[in-house]
Parts: sequence; structure tokens; C-alpha cells
Amino acid sequence: MQGSGAPRIFASDLACRRGDRLLFRKLNLDLGAGEACHITGANGAGKTTLIRTLAGLGTPYAGEAACEGAIGLLDERMGLDPEQTLGAALGFWFAVDATSERAAVLERLRLTDLLEVPVRYLSTGQRKRAGLARLMGQGAPVWLLDEPLSGLDAASQALVCELIAEHLDNQGTALIASHQTLEVPNLQSLALEDFVPPMEDFA
Amino acid sequence: MIARMIRRDLAQFFPFAGGGGAGAALPVIFFVAVAMLYPFAVGPDANTLARTGGGVVWIAALLAAILPLDRLVGRDIELGHFDQLSLRGVSEEAMMAVRMVAHWLSFGPPLIIAAFPAAALLQLDGPTLHLVLIGLAAGTPGLAAIGLIIAALTASLRAGAALSGLLLIPLALPILVFGAGALARQDQASLGFVAAISLGLVALAPFAAGAAIRAVR
Repeated sequence: MQGSGAPRIFASDLACRRGDRLLFRKLNLDLGAGEACHITGANGAGKTTLIRTLAGLGTPYAGEAACEGAIGLLDERMGLDPEQTLGAALGFWFAVDATSERAAVLERLRLTDLLEVPVRYLSTGQRKRAGLARLMGQGAPVWLLDEPLSGLDAASQALVCELIAEHLDNQGTALIASHQTLEVPNLQSLALEDFVPPMEDFA
Repeated sequence: MIARMIRRDLAQFFPFAGGGGAGAALPVIFFVAVAMLYPFAVGPDANTLARTGGGVVWIAALLAAILPLDRLVGRDIELGHFDQLSLRGVSEEAMMAVRMVAHWLSFGPPLIIAAFPAAALLQLDGPTLHLVLIGLAAGTPGLAAIGLIIAALTASLRAGAALSGLLLIPLALPILVFGAGALARQDQASLGFVAAISLGLVALAPFAAGAAIRAVR
């Protein structure tokens, strides 16, 4: 499912709303191969909405949002069946994505010993690591990560930063929404607060 | 890809496959339980049972079709499963078509098989059983299609599970009328209507359900 050509995350004059509320507007973004952006904003500022809109899972209120290249999305919903064992649940996505280096991915994320455990018994952090394994197995050049560090211990947080840096080195591109600081070199950042419409716009 | 999705869905919904726990076997157990309880309630008179039993089988099948609905679509929306498939270029219509096939496979054929012990419990004669079996084969795809549309429409509602039962009953009425009607007149002709209604519903359901899950995300 590897997309051809250079990956790109792109938004122009983007405005999004949730329900009746305009979350942000006039947002411009253009990330190419090897570039990444850290999105910050208070709870409810619209980070998740922005990510879902870029992924094509939501419609913009105004403006354009698009990604070029296959998209890997990691949010709080891992897409893993709680009743199945971790091995079986991840196996479905590895099979769909035709992942070749499964063992290496599982080793890297320290999941090898958990493969027989049903997903519902995994802790928050383990589940997050499982989602990261699914993301890595997909091999998509565009990563849209919603709170990839939440629920992870210090070692795993460092690992995620390392994985993002490697992804960028491999000419990938990434958009990361997070409350934590990310130790990733050459990271751009964008605060959603800067795009909140002033109150008079609601008149 | 499609074959993998069907396999994964079957592991979730097929009775005794283990993926859905005991819940997946519930429709079949419910169906046989109704057939078992009915003679206790109306008495063991063979004539009464044989005359009314076919209709009871139909009602049991219709109600059994309601049971899997609460986890049919809503659960995979919550899990993010459909989002991930969508990112991999699978259309919502294809997801829903796959889900409909898996849903039917996991309750249609098991109900048809369970109709044999049910027929024995209800003292149905050979020709009646014959009509029940053909009727269920023609009608259950329609029930699966209605169920899928309702499950997709109610996926985002908190009381969706209770509501889906109420919604299925009026929509499934034509299938019941023609399916059970064939038994009263001992005539296969009206089963043609059942098959036609099913066909229409099966063709429509993936689009209706696909539009519904696109609307809620």
C-alpha cells in the first residue's frame, strides 16, 4: 500500500467545525518528505478534528485538506478487536498491509511476549504500543498521530520519538498532535490557538 | 482483502467461532428455545402444533435476527476498525456488503439447520418443513439486510440496541407475511415475493448502511 511519489500533508485556508462551533480557520500547512509538524492546542481545540479532516475522515467547513501517499493514522482507537489475542488482532492488519518484517516490528515495540494475551487485558500503554505496531507494519509514508505519547512510560515515549525521527529520515512525513514535548529533530510546530476566530466573527 | 475481511467478520459473528464469545450463538439458541417452549405453552396437541408451528418458526427467526444487531456495526465504529479500512481505500459500501454477508452467514444457515429440530419439536409435517426451509433460505438474506441498515443507522445512538429491535419488526413485516403466508396455503408462490423482497433489500443495504456510517463519523 506504499504510495508512489513524494508524500505530502497539505491544508490551505482550512476551517473546521464541530457541531455549531468553528474550531479554527485560515489554517495553512504544507509538509513534504522528511518534514514533520507538532500540533499543540488545549483540549477541545480541534487537534483530533484536524487530523481526521486531513485523513479524509471528516469534511472541511471551508478550504482544502489533503494528503498525498498512503496514510497511517494512530488515534485513541487502535482498531484491534478486544476479544481476540494481540497476535490475531495485529495479524489481521499485518495481512491486510502485507507486512514483511512483522517479527522486527513486534520486537522493537516489546510486544513479542504479549501476543497470546487478549487485547482487552492489555494496559493502556501496551495497547498504544500495539497501535504503533499496526502503524509501523502499514509502512505508510504519511503519519497522522493523535496523542501518540499519552499513556506511555518514559522509555516508550523516547521510542516513539525515535520512530518518528526514523520515519522522517526515510523520507516520510508526519503530523503529530500532542500535549507532551517531542524530542524529534527539525520539528516544526503549530499552535491551534493562533487560528481561533475572534469573537466578532460570530456576530 | 475482501476475503480477509469476511474471514475476520465471521470470526466475530459466527456461532461457536469464539471471537464473539457466547453472544454469537445466542440467535440459534433463542430460536430453538422458542420452538421448545411453544408446545409447553399451547399444549402437546399435534394438530394445533402442526397448524400453527410454521408461523412460530417464522416469528422466532425474525426475533432471533434482532439479537446480533447491537454489536453488528457500532462496535467496529468505536474500535476505529472502519476508519482504518477506509484509510486503506476500502469504500464504506464494500465494508457494509462484507458485513452483510458475514452477518447472514452467521445467522441464516445456522437458523435453517436449527429449523430441523424446531420442526420436530413443533410436530411439523414434511411439506410444511419444506416450505419453512425454502422460506427461511429466501427470507433470511432480507432480514440480514434490514438488520444491517438498522444497525448502521442506530450505531451512534445510546439506546440503539433497544431501538433496533423496534425498527426491525415493522420493516420485516412483508417478509413475515409472505413467508408465513406460504404455509397457510401450502403453496410456494408467495415465497417468490419473499425472495424478491430479499433481493431488493440486499442490493440496497450496502449503500444505505454505507451512507449511514459515513454520516456518523
